Amino acid sequence: MSKLFKSKFFAIVLVMMITVVAGCGQEKEAQSEENELEGTIQIAGSTSVQPLSEELVKAFMAENNKVRINVAGGGSGAGVKAAAAGTADIGASSRELKEEEKNVKEYVIALDGIAIIVHKDNPVNDLSQEDIKKIFAGEITNWSELGGEDGAIHVYNREDGSGTRGAFTELIMGKEVSITDKAIIQNSTGAVRTAVAGDKTGIGYISLGGINEEIKALKVDGVEATVENIKTKTYKIYRPFLYLTQKEPEGVVKAYIDWVLSLEGQGIVAEHFIPVK
Amino acid sequence: MQRSQREKVYKALLFCSALMALFVIILIGGFIFKEGLPVFMKYGFKEIFWGTEWRPSEQLYGQWPMVLGSIYITLGALCLGVPLGVLTAIFLAELAPRKLVSLLIRPAIELLAGIPSVVYGLFGMTTIVPVIRAISKKVPAYAEDPLLSTGYGIVAGAIILSIMILPTIINVAEDAIRSVPQDYKEGSLALGATHWQTIYRVIVPAAKSGIMAGVVLGLGRALGETMAIIMIVGNSPVIPHSLLSSVRSMTGNIAIEMAYSSGEHTQALFATGIILFVFIMLINSLAMFIVNKEAG
Repeated sequence: MSKLFKSKFFAIVLVMMITVVAGCGQEKEAQSEENELEGTIQIAGSTSVQPLSEELVKAFMAENNKVRINVAGGGSGAGVKAAAAGTADIGASSRELKEEEKNVKEYVIALDGIAIIVHKDNPVNDLSQEDIKKIFAGEITNWSELGGEDGAIHVYNREDGSGTRGAFTELIMGKEVSITDKAIIQNSTGAVRTAVAGDKTGIGYISLGGINEEIKALKVDGVEATVENIKTKTYKIYRPFLYLTQKEPEGVVKAYIDWVLSLEGQGIVAEHFIPVK
Repeated sequence: MQRSQREKVYKALLFCSALMALFVIILIGGFIFKEGLPVFMKYGFKEIFWGTEWRPSEQLYGQWPMVLGSIYITLGALCLGVPLGVLTAIFLAELAPRKLVSLLIRPAIELLAGIPSVVYGLFGMTTIVPVIRAISKKVPAYAEDPLLSTGYGIVAGAIILSIMILPTIINVAEDAIRSVPQDYKEGSLALGATHWQTIYRVIVPAAKSGIMAGVVLGLGRALGETMAIIMIVGNSPVIPHSLLSSVRSMTGNIAIEMAYSSGEHTQALFATGIILFVFIMLINSLAMFIVNKEAG
């Protein structure tokens, strides 16, 4: 037993030392007086916004090579909290702010559709909003009821509080009906996708930007989940992506947000999401 | 500096280090209770602890599904892990050829302890869950049930956890068996008992409390495991009615929802933390009690 404890103790001490050393090195660099942008930005929040932020950051840092921007996940709730508390320079949220959260500055940087996804081999291609609602409410439990092959429907849901789940609940389920307790819960866009990709009778919902060849996105009421269809408002399931700051942004943070909302930034948004300008 | 002075300085230094652990545990405990108690106060202990519905967006914070979930997964892991672990420990301490142990088995066990839990989770999600799903789809009673035919659930969680707690159980139990005085063994053999009789009549009973301590430590490890569990038990906050049912553990509940929660929801997650904290304290006291009994 002592062997085990001893090695654990050393591991903990080591981790503590590394943390302290790493913490010392991370002081923010001051912004220079020159025209060239310099500084560090910390972005944290929604895992749905994260891939977009990473793309934007990569392009922005390529142009301004003295700027360092770190993108972290954590979830919309964490993003709002981090922005309000100032622990991150920019918080990211993939849902509208609640009333009690409106004490921060918000910028809509993109719109995002929510795609309903199933296994690649599922013969069902198209569902009505009503059917989707019934599936997620647990009223329809077999694919044969929807013209698919016989098999119990496995509903994959996100955790309570997720921005994607919040938006999905608001847009599909409405106020009266809640998602069945019998759903399997996965806690990120990627986890839902992996789970559905491995389950022939699974169904889940993910950010439009998260669609890939592993899974199949369903048409909703005959409309395909694409950027064009959201722009023309024919595909109805979409929500805003928000950047949040504690105060009026300045310096390098302002420069970054302005750039994201510029033609160039929105061009990158347009690759997978819907630009706002 | 005088020798005695230096001695004092070192003693003080060591004492402060030791205090640090106490200080940290008080700090963490105090923080969890401070954050979590308001929910207990507002809704009542009964509503929170025995409540069967966890729907934070509707102000329902019942913890009972998660408490049960943790208990079932942990017990399942013990059922599978303890026999395997204890038998391995006996083999290693008593029967195994030294070369085989030092070259093959011990490194394997140490490696098992060193694998990050997220890797266990990934392994479970991509291999064990599909196997269980395929089997449950063959059983008509389960195939039609959307909750029981997913493969995610108690069984999958218990299998993975039982592997994860093996190193703890094996190491502690083996130490206990090795520390049984040689006289016992020699006495038994001298009386004409065979090696196997000696093992299960003399050595294992003599090492009983040490083995139990190993089991309890494994229990603590299983109860506290988070990442691997999240990936394979399905996380549905429901009261499980079958071993195939998807469940959510207390640790999973906190880890899954903390990032997105706000306000009262966060406090309710701290309430889960309080319950978990109390559970772990009870288990550690039990382990300490067993070890002390052995010593005294």
